[in-house]
Amino acid sequence: MDNSLINYTLHLADTTLILSQRNSEWCGHGPILEQDIAITNISLDLLGQSRNFYQYAAQLINFSKHSEAKVSPSGGDLEGASEDSLAYLRTEREFKNLLLVELQNGDWGQTVLRQFFFSQFQYLLFEQLQQSKDEQLAAIAAKAIKETTYHVRWSSEWVIRLGDGTDESHQRMLHAIDELWRYTGELFEAAEYETAMGIDLAAIKQKWTEKVIAVFDEATLPVPENSFMQLGGKKGVHTEQLGYILTELQYMQRTYPNSNW
Amino acid sequence: MMYKTIDKKMLFSYLEEIKDPEVPVLSIIDLGIVRDIVLHDDEVEVFITPTYSGCPAMDMIATEIRVELATLGFKKVIITQTISPPWTTDWMSDEGKRKLKAYGIAAPDKRFVIPADGVECPLCNSTDTKLMSAFSSTACKSLYQCNDCKEPFDYFKCH
Repeated sequence: MDNSLINYTLHLADTTLILSQRNSEWCGHGPILEQDIAITNISLDLLGQSRNFYQYAAQLINFSKHSEAKVSPSGGDLEGASEDSLAYLRTEREFKNLLLVELQNGDWGQTVLRQFFFSQFQYLLFEQLQQSKDEQLAAIAAKAIKETTYHVRWSSEWVIRLGDGTDESHQRMLHAIDELWRYTGELFEAAEYETAMGIDLAAIKQKWTEKVIAVFDEATLPVPENSFMQLGGKKGVHTEQLGYILTELQYMQRTYPNSNW
Repeated sequence: MMYKTIDKKMLFSYLEEIKDPEVPVLSIIDLGIVRDIVLHDDEVEVFITPTYSGCPAMDMIATEIRVELATLGFKKVIITQTISPPWTTDWMSDEGKRKLKAYGIAAPDKRFVIPADGVECPLCNSTDTKLMSAFSSTACKSLYQCNDCKEPFDYFKCH
């Protein structure tokens, strides 16, 4: 069996898991209570999406390994891979998440700018994925896009508020653009498994760019000229920062294997 | 054996007893979480759908359904989670909306598909209200404050 569907599903799962983990670092540290709640809500939505993708990936992996194995309707009695083993027991080089989502949070401006870049992309991607021939990916996307709609609105408002805010907030947004822009090219650079899945990233790129320009204009922020873009995450080649997140995320399962709540 | 005298309609009313742990005034039937029930003799399969992808209450709800049905004498209880079609607040019963308001949470309102100022305050019925944050204490709600009675309240978002 061709592994494109498994790899693509893992890419979607890893990306949402890592961004969820990053955003959750704000829990208890948000600038004000309402925004602390907002960022952790977004984190929870992403974790839920990630679980749906991992559960599906685990099913596909187990099915491809034992094509005669019994698959219970609840997915509960599967042997081998599980959502937990895929999240907790894979190494850096096996993670296929976007580089953008693994970067350190920086300040609040950098966190909301990353969410803005990502959510705009995810919304357009899910619009496409809802039409996928793969029914399960289409169902997960159709469910999740309702949540992403809120993330797009919330992060756009913050980019405008800070970009068109005080001198200090404007400077910080310029700094955030400097830090993050070079990781946005990867969103649209198709990995083999994306091409095989028929994802049209060129169409998404065009719409994404229009959205970013519109919000940046309102935020009085400059859209960078095309510059060098850092690639690698989709193929498992990451920045140094992913190792630190995985160390924290996987610590319990690696130290106390099979521990449960 | 009690289960032998139970039909699907009765099962739905038994499941009325199970409340959403995060909004304990609403039953899982009011919320539209239970999509279908299939009976085969002493086996029963319940199809449930999560409200939001990351709703942490789903595991607890599934456990409570198991306990309830085991108490009724079913030997085998299968809980199957479906996500298509995606859950929507359109499936919330009118009774559910009434109970939400009585509990102090504004019910989903089609005029506020996108949360904005003006959702009716469930405490004093004023529409002079302010959206504080689109996100609130659980994934399904937005946070408001009433400019008349000054009380904060939650609005159960259209979804």
